[in-house]
Amino acid sequence: MGKFFAVILVVVTLASAYPIVTHKYVQPVDISTHGHAIDEQLADTMAEGGFAFVGAQLLLAFFVWKFSSRKDGSKVKHLPGGAKLVVATAFILVGTEVLALGVLGQKAWADVYFTPPKADALQIQSQAGQFAFYFRYPGADGKFAPLHPDKIDEGNGNYFGLDPANDVEARDDIVAAELTIPVNREIHLLLHAKDVGHSFYVRELRIQQDFVPGLDLSLHFTATKTGKYEIVCTQLCGLGHYNMKAYLNVLPQEDFEKWLKDRAAEQ
Amino acid sequence: MEEAAVQPTHVHAPPEGFLRKYVFSLDHKVIGKQYYGLALVSVFIGMVLSWLMRFHLVWPEVKVHGLEVLSASGAPGGVITPEYYLSLLTMHGTLMVFFVLTNAPFAGFGNYFLPIQIGAEDMAFPRFNMMSFWTTFVAFVVLVLAFFIPDGPPISGWTAYAPLSAVGKDAGPGLGWGQNLWAISIAIFCIGQLLGSLNFIATTLDLRAKGMTLMRMPICTWAWFITSCIGLLAFAVLLPACLLLLLDRMAGTSFFIPSGLVVSDRLQNHAGGSPLLWQHLFWFFGHPEVYIAILPAVGIVSHVLITSMRKPLLSAKVLIYSMLSIGFLSWMVWGHHMFVSGMNPFSSLLFSFPTLTITIPATIITLIWLGSLYGANIQINSASLFALGFVSMFVSGGVSGFFLAQPSIDIYLHATYFVVGHFHMVMGVAAIFGILSGTYFWFSKMTGRMMNDSLGKLHFWITFVGTYCIFMPFHYLGLVGNVRRYASFVDDFMAPLMPVHKFVTIAAFVTGAAQFLFLYNLIYSRFRGQLASENPWHGTSLEWSIPSPPPWNNFGDKHPVIFHDPYQYGVKGSKGDFVMQDSPEQIVGG
Repeated sequence: MGKFFAVILVVVTLASAYPIVTHKYVQPVDISTHGHAIDEQLADTMAEGGFAFVGAQLLLAFFVWKFSSRKDGSKVKHLPGGAKLVVATAFILVGTEVLALGVLGQKAWADVYFTPPKADALQIQSQAGQFAFYFRYPGADGKFAPLHPDKIDEGNGNYFGLDPANDVEARDDIVAAELTIPVNREIHLLLHAKDVGHSFYVRELRIQQDFVPGLDLSLHFTATKTGKYEIVCTQLCGLGHYNMKAYLNVLPQEDFEKWLKDRAAEQ
Repeated sequence: MEEAAVQPTHVHAPPEGFLRKYVFSLDHKVIGKQYYGLALVSVFIGMVLSWLMRFHLVWPEVKVHGLEVLSASGAPGGVITPEYYLSLLTMHGTLMVFFVLTNAPFAGFGNYFLPIQIGAEDMAFPRFNMMSFWTTFVAFVVLVLAFFIPDGPPISGWTAYAPLSAVGKDAGPGLGWGQNLWAISIAIFCIGQLLGSLNFIATTLDLRAKGMTLMRMPICTWAWFITSCIGLLAFAVLLPACLLLLLDRMAGTSFFIPSGLVVSDRLQNHAGGSPLLWQHLFWFFGHPEVYIAILPAVGIVSHVLITSMRKPLLSAKVLIYSMLSIGFLSWMVWGHHMFVSGMNPFSSLLFSFPTLTITIPATIITLIWLGSLYGANIQINSASLFALGFVSMFVSGGVSGFFLAQPSIDIYLHATYFVVGHFHMVMGVAAIFGILSGTYFWFSKMTGRMMNDSLGKLHFWITFVGTYCIFMPFHYLGLVGNVRRYASFVDDFMAPLMPVHKFVTIAAFVTGAAQFLFLYNLIYSRFRGQLASENPWHGTSLEWSIPSPPPWNNFGDKHPVIFHDPYQYGVKGSKGDFVMQDSPEQIVGG
């Protein structure tokens, strides 16, 4: 019966590792300038974690195969080196791994969070509310008008609570339901939550950041490939959470400018 | 500690009458069984909820007959609505984490065996003990009540993130009285756990028999002791957090709600609160809670493995120190749940290092088990199979934790099925394997009868392979970017992944169905099982020195005296290859 356990465990282990080894399930294409650092970190961790997973499971299977249901009176033996060997192995192997990945990983994290956006980054505001994203461009004056929560009127398309009657800056603000951006230009996205917590996740951008009500958060990224990608909410926000998504349109610079001009004319 | 050996003649009088014997019992053994029973009811409810969720994910339009009776609005005509899916998700998580993973391995087995393993007649405070169970029971009733009120259960998940959980019914169904009941239930639950933890600590420190030094306590007693220390601190934070949440909801305060929120077109009358405060308080409890679930299982599995291997561990001391360091480190890592929450990105680095460091004691524990298996004489039975399965799950769940501990990778994997796979394996399934191993092992002591081993093995094979079939694919889905907590997958992106979800759902049904084998075995063996001897597994710790089931005062009128470390196996004793802890005989060889 112990041998049967060993066989089952080996099968389970190899079957678990197979889709990873054959790259059956991998991240969608990376379209950001920082994403490769995250992907490399993930790949390194997968290699080391995979080795630990397969190694430990096979060792377990081997020992159970060899040392189960032996003849009565079989004398038990002890591992040469004993607990000292175990503790030393754990400290050296895992300690090195922890330090290496810990330190390397900080570089990828720093790329995203510790480098401020460039001065010429394009500022766009994103508002998340149950259950839609809206995006606001500052318009010709380059300024975002202040928000007035009491002025929000979704029925009349005032999603952000702008007050163009009193705020001059609000008159040229452009509001859209999709995030349209130029390729190869840094975007500085300002996050604003209207009601409860939400999150901004674009798999291809390797970006995920919560919207926290009452907290002004921002993130910055540069998309390097044109195309249409999904933005999904990843913070449980209520009954329509599963359906809260928007699209990210990455356009060539000139197409983006044209789009912006057309939108400005419409509003 | 000499005075610890002097015990009062009897902690309480022998129970008389049905109520005192079986309902409001002061006997730690009855209370342990009550906790276990409550966990058993909860785990089957939780499992059925997970079935409904898995069913809805892959066959969203298909009716579940009879469900409309439970909730006419949540499942009109038997078809689950997206909001009801979230209700099921919230209740599944809450029941499993609180009422199963905390109740069974810690409060259930701990109550039954901790006093016996240290040679005590009962817990230090039997009345507190009774109160702690009945408080927990009330918490359970209050929580389940949410299914039967018009508002329905909350939809904010077991983590109840504010302000979704705090602003009230404007935010969605279930967030009115449903959420109130949730917060009240968890607050009551905390009180029960605080009473229980205090009792465990006092009992361990004060009621040990003569000769039972701390290092002579069995590993599972150590695990329960460390867990109770964690529980005392963790639940002491969750309790006020729940009270603040209730105040926000009912008294108009704004601990977790900032100004200017417009929910369902209504400007909320709150100002000055912080949603991140709830997350900090919740995870300050929430991460140690993972160890509250897993450490008792580590202890139980070590105890079962040693007995099944017929040799001591390479070093019980190293294993105990590793558990202690995990317990200590568990207080410094809560922020790893919040890497992308908007807290200062520098603190992510601070939270990442202790999280990665926890891998070291966890690896030591695993290698101690593996190294101890070398040269052993492993007896294969239902209990040892589940213990070996636990080791496998502990490795699988631990490895994936290594990914999520790194903030940079977490940017991509956060809130995906990778996380769901990770915590189900290490906290859910591994802990449940610990509970099952303990059940097959100690059933004989608790009832006086043996469980059916063939049925137990069949249960193991299906459960072991089944859980891998369910939770391994979750990791693959997460790697591709499949987001969790979605009631249905409407993204274009999800279409090619649906076959994987179907496979998982089928695996969940099969694996779940196998749990009824266990239930049948449990009930059948309770009444018809083979009669058990005092020491069927040739164990060495004190629970095997008394009759099965033990008398109301555990040791009769004896006061056990301890002569040995807990695991004297592979030695020449008068009874075989082992010497019991309370046996005065000298140990020859080793």
